[in-house]
Amino acid sequence: MRHTLSVLVENEPGVLSRVAGLFSGRGFNIESLNVAPTMEKGVSLMTIVTGGDELIIEQIQKQLRKLITVVKVVDMNEVKHVDREMVLIKVNATEHTRAEVLRIVDIFRCKVVDVSPSELTLEATGDQGKIKALSNLLHRFGIKELARTGTVALRRSMQMKD
Amino acid sequence: MKLNGAQILLESLLQEGVEKVFGYPGGAVLDIYHALRDYPLQHFLFRHEQGVVHAADGFARASGKVGVALVTSGPGATNAVTGIATAFMDSIPLVVLTGQVPTQLIGNDAFQEVDIVGISRSCTKHNYLVKDVKELAKTIKEAFYLARSGRPGPVLVDLPKDVIQSKAEFYYPKQVSMRSYNPNYTANKRQIQKSVGMIKKSRRPLIFAGGGVIASNAHEELCALARKLQVPVTSSMMGLGAFPGNDPLHLGMLGMHGTYVANMAVNYTDLLIAVGVRFDDRVTGKLETFAPDAKIIHVDIDPTSIRKNVSVDVPIVSDCRQALAALNEGFEQTGSEEDFPGRFASWRDKLRAWNEAHPLTYDSKGKSIKPQMVIETLYEITQGEAIISTEVGQNQMWAAQHFKYNKPRTWLTSGGLGTMGYGFPAALGAQVAFPDSLVIDIAGDGSIQMNIQELTTAVSHQLPVKIIILNNSCLGMVRQWQELFYEKNYSCTCLERIPDFVKLAEAFGAEGYRITEQQEIEPVLRQALASKKTAVVEVVVDQGENVYPMVPSGAGLNEMLLV
Ligand SMILES: Cc1ncc(C[n+]2csc(CCOP(=O)(O)OP(=O)(O)O)c2C)c(N)n1
Ligand SMILES: [Mg+2]
Repeated sequence: MRHTLSVLVENEPGVLSRVAGLFSGRGFNIESLNVAPTMEKGVSLMTIVTGGDELIIEQIQKQLRKLITVVKVVDMNEVKHVDREMVLIKVNATEHTRAEVLRIVDIFRCKVVDVSPSELTLEATGDQGKIKALSNLLHRFGIKELARTGTVALRRSMQMKD
Repeated sequence: MKLNGAQILLESLLQEGVEKVFGYPGGAVLDIYHALRDYPLQHFLFRHEQGVVHAADGFARASGKVGVALVTSGPGATNAVTGIATAFMDSIPLVVLTGQVPTQLIGNDAFQEVDIVGISRSCTKHNYLVKDVKELAKTIKEAFYLARSGRPGPVLVDLPKDVIQSKAEFYYPKQVSMRSYNPNYTANKRQIQKSVGMIKKSRRPLIFAGGGVIASNAHEELCALARKLQVPVTSSMMGLGAFPGNDPLHLGMLGMHGTYVANMAVNYTDLLIAVGVRFDDRVTGKLETFAPDAKIIHVDIDPTSIRKNVSVDVPIVSDCRQALAALNEGFEQTGSEEDFPGRFASWRDKLRAWNEAHPLTYDSKGKSIKPQMVIETLYEITQGEAIISTEVGQNQMWAAQHFKYNKPRTWLTSGGLGTMGYGFPAALGAQVAFPDSLVIDIAGDGSIQMNIQELTTAVSHQLPVKIIILNNSCLGMVRQWQELFYEKNYSCTCLERIPDFVKLAEAFGAEGYRITEQQEIEPVLRQALASKKTAVVEVVVDQGENVYPMVPSGAGLNEMLLV
């Protein structure tokens, strides 16, 4: 199953390679990884999307906690959370198709961030499902390039029981 | 007063109580070697950086202190890697200091530059590149703290030359605080209670002791528990010495070359009390059939060890010593109305019968010397009063099987990595820690050639280590696998050319002995062991002798090949 892990790390040189090396060295997979500084000085947040059965996810978390530079690990699947990803998509948009592409932009509440006579570059934000639906819809126009940030996630303020 | 980085480093070592350092110099660490003369630190010069690190490791295993190794940048650092990985796999506390090119040259492919922090990342507990002399003392403090606390391990500190040369005020922090590192030492009370209850209910309990018992100095607590309840004990190879080998409760080692009785005990136990172990594949054999009838209590300080390979019923993340003490207390509180020794008597009888049916044995009828005879004689002569290190291969397994380790920290062997060439430098390290003890490396003719150059070190530092080479003229353990599983195709394992070990020893300034007849074993061993000098004893043994029992790779523990 896919899990989203929030990993707080000391922001020091080499911390990324410690985490990445752990995953590659132990044969765990990384679907996406996002790193950036937090509001706290010296601490960065990594959001890692990974997969595996229950035992593997448990091992991944334990191994991460064992790294000296890792401060905290939270499995977002265990809590109510929001997750988002941003994607930039460069899609073909000719005279004939432009209107339809723009309609999709509207429906998905994307933004057009760059224009040329034959292409549009769109910016979209959403969870994995939305991004996937969008790229599926745009597929037939011809997606020229695509860049994704990988998932970022936060705990919801209200942790209500199901 | 301001000190330079080299002085700060050496002051820091003194603050940590270090008296002995193992090392090898080079350009990047010249300043450290220069400063050494002003400090009361004894430096042991080895002849290869692998030897340096193994020696620091042997020192650490024998003494329980952190071993310190000092090597130069580039090739010095890469040569050290095998030693570091060996210590890492066996959780041995080391601080390895490597020289590095000046900070402004890092990344430029400078002369003798390697990214040793990158290279060693996956075989150290943690590592540091010190970029500012003001960080140096704090880093050394953290390195020692990390090496010896929690699950111990090697910590590497990379020291650029300019950092070592620049000056700062020396201040050694009293304490370490790291928000991201807080090992848990105490056992959860509920889990302890639950364990006590399970032990009470069990009929066929078995204690399985590993290296964690030795690392946490839990020997006495383990003995108290086992003896009070009269529960039998088996050890992993790393755990030998955690429980006295000559105690009737000890079943010997389990696993691939474990005793028949130990492996059968695992197969039939209804409660496995695993302490300070990590369920390595050499121990478990086929996981699906490991301890099939048992509930498992697993104590280990490292959470990643628990539920990594086997699922357990009671996980206890704790220092082994504290957990065992808590278990002992748990039984004390429940009073002595329960007759534990009586309760497990029939289980012990069953084990005794298994052991009598299939004891450790070998065919000793012929004229040739069997390697097992040599180990048995060594035990008889020393009565176990020795520190034994080993190389890797059959020699290691026979040493594990036929010598009894009655005290912790008297058995030094490369368990996790299986590093040929480990035993001799490790023995030297142990001798440095205990100058008056008898220290013996049980070696193979193949392995000893991997670090034979340290004979120079032994002689020049007057370290009277004894090397007993079980010379079977082959890479015996690999040959054994070829015999059993590769159609007797002895590809590249039967060594046609073997040096004259007696002459070799003499060339290095050590004593050399050779044993070729059975009746020479005892007198010549006695003579060599009594010598005040470094001595090499070559024993010409039967080439075809194999290590049994043997659980073939991937088979269950009850599928042993016997003699
Ligand atoms: C550095 C290293 N290289 C290769 C091996 C693989 N290996 C394991 S045992 C062994 C044979 C060792 O030969 P020897 O030292 O003569 O011991 P014996 O088994 O004959 O007692 C080899 C090559 C190893 N463990 N370590
Ligand atoms: Mg050999």
